[in-house]
Amino acid sequence: MTTTSALYDSLVKIVGKDFVSDQKEERYFYARDGGLMPPHEPDFVVMPKTTEEVQEIVKLANREKVPIVPKGAGLALTGLVIPQLGGIVLDMNRMDRILEVNEKAGYVVVEGGTTHGALKSYLQKHHPNLRHSIPDSPPIATIVANAVIHGQGRLSQQHGFNSDMVSSLEVVLPTGELCRIGSCSVSSYWFSKGPPLPDLSGLFLGWFGTTGIITKLGLKLYPCKKMRDVMLFLTDKAELVPDIMLRLSHTEMVEDVVVSAQPLPLRFRGTFWIMAYITGDSDEELEFKRKMVWDALWEYFESRDVGLLSTSPEMKAPLMSMPSKDLTRFADVSKGGGFQYAGPITPIEKFPAFIRKLEEVATKYNVFYASTARLIDAGHCMMFSFSFSFNRANSDEMARAKKALDECSKFALEEGGVLWKADIYEQRLLMDKMDPNTLVLMKKIKQLLDPNGIMNPGNWEVK
Amino acid sequence: MPLPELKFDRTKCAECQATSCLVKCQYMDFKDKDKAKKEWQKVINSEDSSVLEACTTCYACEEYCPFGNHPFYMIVERQEEKGILPAPRPIVTMWINQCQPVGRFMVGKVEERALSYCFLPHFNTLVKGKLFDGIAWSVIFGQEFFCNAVYLHYAKASVIKDRLPKIVENIKNQGIKELVCLHDECYGTFTSLTSAYGIDTPFKPIHYYEYLYGRLKELKDLIKPLNIKAAYQRNCSARLCPETDHYVDDIFGLLGVERVKREYDRENALCCAEVLRMARGPVLADDVQKRNIDDMVRFGAEYCVFNCPACWDSLAHKVAKQGIKPIHMIDLCKLAIGEEQALRLPELVAEV
Ligand SMILES: Cc1cc2nc3c(=O)[nH]c(=O)nc-3n(C[C@H](O)[C@H](O)[C@H](O)COP(=O)(O)OP(=O)(O)OC[C@H]3O[C@@H](n4cnc5c(N)ncnc54)[C@H](O)[C@@H]3O)c2cc1C
Ligand code: SF4
Ligand code: SF4
Repeated sequence: MTTTSALYDSLVKIVGKDFVSDQKEERYFYARDGGLMPPHEPDFVVMPKTTEEVQEIVKLANREKVPIVPKGAGLALTGLVIPQLGGIVLDMNRMDRILEVNEKAGYVVVEGGTTHGALKSYLQKHHPNLRHSIPDSPPIATIVANAVIHGQGRLSQQHGFNSDMVSSLEVVLPTGELCRIGSCSVSSYWFSKGPPLPDLSGLFLGWFGTTGIITKLGLKLYPCKKMRDVMLFLTDKAELVPDIMLRLSHTEMVEDVVVSAQPLPLRFRGTFWIMAYITGDSDEELEFKRKMVWDALWEYFESRDVGLLSTSPEMKAPLMSMPSKDLTRFADVSKGGGFQYAGPITPIEKFPAFIRKLEEVATKYNVFYASTARLIDAGHCMMFSFSFSFNRANSDEMARAKKALDECSKFALEEGGVLWKADIYEQRLLMDKMDPNTLVLMKKIKQLLDPNGIMNPGNWEVK
Repeated sequence: MPLPELKFDRTKCAECQATSCLVKCQYMDFKDKDKAKKEWQKVINSEDSSVLEACTTCYACEEYCPFGNHPFYMIVERQEEKGILPAPRPIVTMWINQCQPVGRFMVGKVEERALSYCFLPHFNTLVKGKLFDGIAWSVIFGQEFFCNAVYLHYAKASVIKDRLPKIVENIKNQGIKELVCLHDECYGTFTSLTSAYGIDTPFKPIHYYEYLYGRLKELKDLIKPLNIKAAYQRNCSARLCPETDHYVDDIFGLLGVERVKREYDRENALCCAEVLRMARGPVLADDVQKRNIDDMVRFGAEYCVFNCPACWDSLAHKVAKQGIKPIHMIDLCKLAIGEEQALRLPELVAEV
């Protein structure tokens, strides 16, 4: 194996010395994320600017058998960008261009490190009739990484996971070849990630950067109506929430349904807050949709189990903001910057059981909790977050939060949920439960694509 | 400690010929006085009555009763006794939790004369300029001073009775002798509710209209008549203190504002209807709002003057859509003395 300093020189040759570091400060910073996984330092941090540079770096790493971990904003929070075996962290932030918007086919092509915030402002400015599915993570979250972990956003109720909205990929394989996936492999249009071809996007989406580095991504865009509003319904009966979600979804009028629950501030205590977002190009359209939503829940309103909370503009503003300001605020509620959630993807009927578990676990470990559930794909499932915030300076609190999370993840799995953006520990839980033949298939795919096991090692490792 | 009890004089009702409390109600049909009287007796006697279910909690009968006999408080007592929910249960729970005192005293530099912001952040925006010279910093705000009258909408007189004595105590403990209430709900509480429940009020509540009127007279050299026609939006809690309504005319007189004579003003006013939306759903609320705003248009109002910030939240953008300028009373006074309107139209159509 080449010496560390020779590797450093090779990396400098590829990206220039300003964009490689083996310094303590960078290694410290890139050793961790905002969550609860223990840190581990990389040997190098590299920031490529072009696909060619990515290819060169990957070829070098493959040749030298050096681990390589692609990183967006590091906001997945489950340690997915922590280099478990050291090596190179590939910070994608300089690959931030928005390359093409096709208005008529409704997609955008972005580079591998473009952020959701940048795309949002770009569309607002240049294509105000179009929008994409914005997740509630801080705006520096990257579009590619969010798709890689099967994120969900503001349009997921209508259009599924954000990864379902991917419309083509360009990938640097672990052996350095550049590969196009979807319609862009045969056409200059980036409108489909698979159909009518064999859908190879599944070799990369959901794999946490263990099968390749996505350097370009096509993403579907959807109509951006002129007006948007939120209707805020409250119930105190957890058992009604699944049906309320389904009824809202059944209207086919609601673009996003989010249910939140938390004990503090006091006004949230004892009730579940159900936010139904509607859009329209005119007052009439909005009014019609409001009526449909009311009709959907009228029976529960009459039985006094569900109420509409009139909201002042001050109250509405954070609910309307994208990403949600409330969520980001909760993320630092314990002051000290610690926040992590287990967000199993699960049938919506599980809502009451999950809420009960969350309350039980929070009491048991004396940690501050919140939950946000987002309806996905017309009710086929939901993301249910068991969220805990903690003070990073308080190691005892961190340990309790970790225990609480682990217990919730186990529970979710037992109840039939599938863990989302699973950390290494949770990946193991998942694989222990997985159909053995599926595991064999995963292993074969991984070995085929990444024969030297350099890509984000430790993740999706089938023993 | 036992909770205070409502002082309600049945003999007044027995002698009352008109039963105005029900006959004038805009949400029930009691044109027949005998029917009204019978039904009202049922309410008083704790029998089942359609009134308890049909009441939208608009507060108006507090004003309709010529004998100050608190028919609405009686309705609330009876609703609670019978477990009738004028609004969905989770909404009530949310309100009870939200306003629960937690020992967080939000105060400015409080003096013997202070302003009460109630629980309404709008006053942070509104209270500015010459009108509030010498008092702007003397402010109380939030749960510890919140009048709790809102629970009248939710059949929770018990919460008021439980919390109000402590609230009064908190205000007294701030050394406040005169409390200028910027919201009718507080003023009505400290003049009407406390006396109806026999709770001592050891400070003098002053309605902010009285305060504004006084200030405007002091600043009269600055006043440039506005020469506008304005519809006045009366709020539900104005029904707890109808004796202050003349200040609207007094202030408008000083400012050169014509209060348009329309169908839904004064005793016949329609509320902002947002409570009706929570209680009854959109059909009634939309109807009330539409009739109200159409009425403003029909009578040629250029401005709609708001008293209550909650009315502002629910109606300001809707009146503006009909070409009428929404403005809070405090801002109206500011305009006349050459200052700017501070509370602006809410941006309801938020970012996409
Ligand atoms: C307050 C808060 C709210 C959140 N709300 C949401 C939400 O509503 N919806 C949601 O989906 N998520 C949410 N998240 C989770 C997360 O922040 C987002 O999913 C975010 O989009 C992840 O992007 P990132 O750039 O931070 O990813 P990172 O954490 O940097 O990376 C995630 C994974 O992608 C891999 N990766 C990165 N770039 C590439 C590449 N170019 N090619 C291949 N693999 C790559 C990494 O190796 C890693 O495995 C939230 C997080 C926080 C802190
Ligand atoms: S409450 Fe007043 S108006 Fe009603 S019956 Fe009694 S005295 Fe008459
Ligand atoms: S509060 Fe309003 S709705 Fe209820 S009885 Fe009195 S006037 Fe009628």
